[in-house]
Amino acid sequence: MPILEIVFYLFSTVLIGSALSVVTVGNPVHAALFLVLSFFSAACIWLLLQAEFLAIVLVLVYVGAVMVLFLFVVMMLDVSAVRPRGGFAAYLPVGLLVALIMAVQMFLVIWTRGLETQLMPEPRPEGYSHTSEIGRLLYTDYLYAFEIAAVILLVAIIAAIALTHRRRPGTKSQDPGQQVRIIREERVRLVKMSPDGEEN
Amino acid sequence: MTINELQLALPEIFVLSMACVVLLADLFISDERRGLTHLLAVLTLVFATILTLRVMLPPGEVLYAFSGTFIRDRFGDVLKVFSYIILAGVFVYAKHYLRQFNLFKGEFYTLSLFALLGIMVMISAGNMITIYLGLELLALSTYALVALDRDSRFGSEAAMKYFILGSLASGLLLYGMSLIYGATGSLDLATISAALGDGMGDSMLLTFGLVFVVIGIAFKLGAVPFHMWVPDVYHGAPLAITLFISSVPKLAGLALAIRLLDNGLIGLHGDWQGMLVVLAALSLVLGNVIAIAQTNIKRMLAYSTISHMGFMLMGILAGTPEGYAAAMFYAIAYAITSAGAFAVVIMMSIDGREADQIDDYKGLARRNPWQAFLMLMMLFSLAGIPVFIGFFAKWQVIAAALQAGFVGLSVLAVLAAVAGAFYYLRIVKLMYFDEPDQEAPVSAPVDFRAVLTINGVAVLALGVFSGGLISLCVSAFV
Repeated sequence: MPILEIVFYLFSTVLIGSALSVVTVGNPVHAALFLVLSFFSAACIWLLLQAEFLAIVLVLVYVGAVMVLFLFVVMMLDVSAVRPRGGFAAYLPVGLLVALIMAVQMFLVIWTRGLETQLMPEPRPEGYSHTSEIGRLLYTDYLYAFEIAAVILLVAIIAAIALTHRRRPGTKSQDPGQQVRIIREERVRLVKMSPDGEEN
Repeated sequence: MTINELQLALPEIFVLSMACVVLLADLFISDERRGLTHLLAVLTLVFATILTLRVMLPPGEVLYAFSGTFIRDRFGDVLKVFSYIILAGVFVYAKHYLRQFNLFKGEFYTLSLFALLGIMVMISAGNMITIYLGLELLALSTYALVALDRDSRFGSEAAMKYFILGSLASGLLLYGMSLIYGATGSLDLATISAALGDGMGDSMLLTFGLVFVVIGIAFKLGAVPFHMWVPDVYHGAPLAITLFISSVPKLAGLALAIRLLDNGLIGLHGDWQGMLVVLAALSLVLGNVIAIAQTNIKRMLAYSTISHMGFMLMGILAGTPEGYAAAMFYAIAYAITSAGAFAVVIMMSIDGREADQIDDYKGLARRNPWQAFLMLMMLFSLAGIPVFIGFFAKWQVIAAALQAGFVGLSVLAVLAAVAGAFYYLRIVKLMYFDEPDQEAPVSAPVDFRAVLTINGVAVLALGVFSGGLISLCVSAFV
């Protein structure tokens, strides 16, 4: 199936290229948009593997919700484009050398042993539903893992609040509870006045 | 899922529930009565110990739950019980420090209990997914703990470094796991082991996956060349957190290595043995040599951790039950001793300044003889001087490596231990033979001193009567 392979490599190239751009572009809005592109390419690769439910969830949750939130935050914070830090060029030769050595090593291993992997999964029978299959696995075989994932989310919330929430002394704020509970005597002082304007 | 399966995981369920209880109860506890949170957390550990010991499995028996994602065996039970006990000690030590440095908040206890849950999940994981999730639970809680002192520049920097490097390592580990999944078609460690035994799977994919898995493990242990985060995190984190990181998570690191490499990938033993030899040799040499040059005791103990992880790897790489038992003994011995050593550093920290320079220990014997003596025992144990627990730990791992035929590595380990003795003994010399710079006596609350004394006695007694603990570790791998 050469056409599938071509499509796979196309999306993979886009994915790697956009992922690299996320970390290299200076403008945070552009970086967020590149992240959207890389999520989208990953979703397309999953579609090729016939994992349609995961692909759609990735687009819905990450592209649709998380990245839009990201963009909101970036735009609201008004983060200006940062110039890349210096020293990139100085480390480039060493980095390239290491990368080259690693690439050569990997190729040597692959070359001598040969790559014999099955690229595509078996086609599923008609009427097979990934959604119900994932749901069944998630709540039966992987119930324990599912619960721990939930605990990880809880820890993320606790950590985020513990690290960012602080009570500053001296900030002016209103307490609606206090405001509602007020009684007339605290707000209005009745003063008896004599006709000539003197308080008695 | 049956009620029996839930019963097997009762300690985990209990710790999770209590972590949530501590989280909620702390909201209603005022700052003056924060000791209640501490008490609740310590009680949690006490009851968790009882729950785990209540159904301690006989040697050799393994029970599975939740479709094999959870394993209950003696190895896990022993490691869990030691995790509870050491964490309880850490809580008592930390309380004194957190009070002094205005960090005495409920989050420390909540996050530590969640980290403990992550450790427990890793210890009894039967599936690569559970291992990874346990690791992330531990790591996320630890990142937040390192940054607990938000006004400290060093703490934030350390947390940032830890977070970025830790995420990278988690990514590498996950990548390795996915390659192994691709080769064997399963995430279940027992199934993977069986598949490898049948000679199934593309050997190239497996080797690639194995490399990434080993890198992930090496990073989490802090073995050279994946050790760069250790000194910075140890140095930057508040002392109480450094104390925590240097003790209990080491047991999780051991469990991570043994579950993945032995339970899952023992079929590739020939491949990972060579990698671990390199990691162990580099850690032994680099850790001990660089520690000599340190003037900051937190950094010095960080480099000493790196070298100790090298020793622990020597036991694992043998790939025999004796080797694993030796590594387990080493991890427990190291966690106990390291907690004691950092406790002394905490005790020295007065007036809002951490006593992290080695010159601070000048003449400690005159300011507080008993504390100096306890520190001497911890340092002797870390250096591997006979009678103390550290000596028997080193003895065991070197014997295991010799049995597996690694004579060169064993000689290197002994030489590295001799080089390492220099910097431990330097502190002893400062404590006993130098004039103190300041005369202020060193003291701590009574519970702190009591636990520290028990800790010191344990380092000595577990050394003198090391047979019991050794046979306990051996029984975990029958």
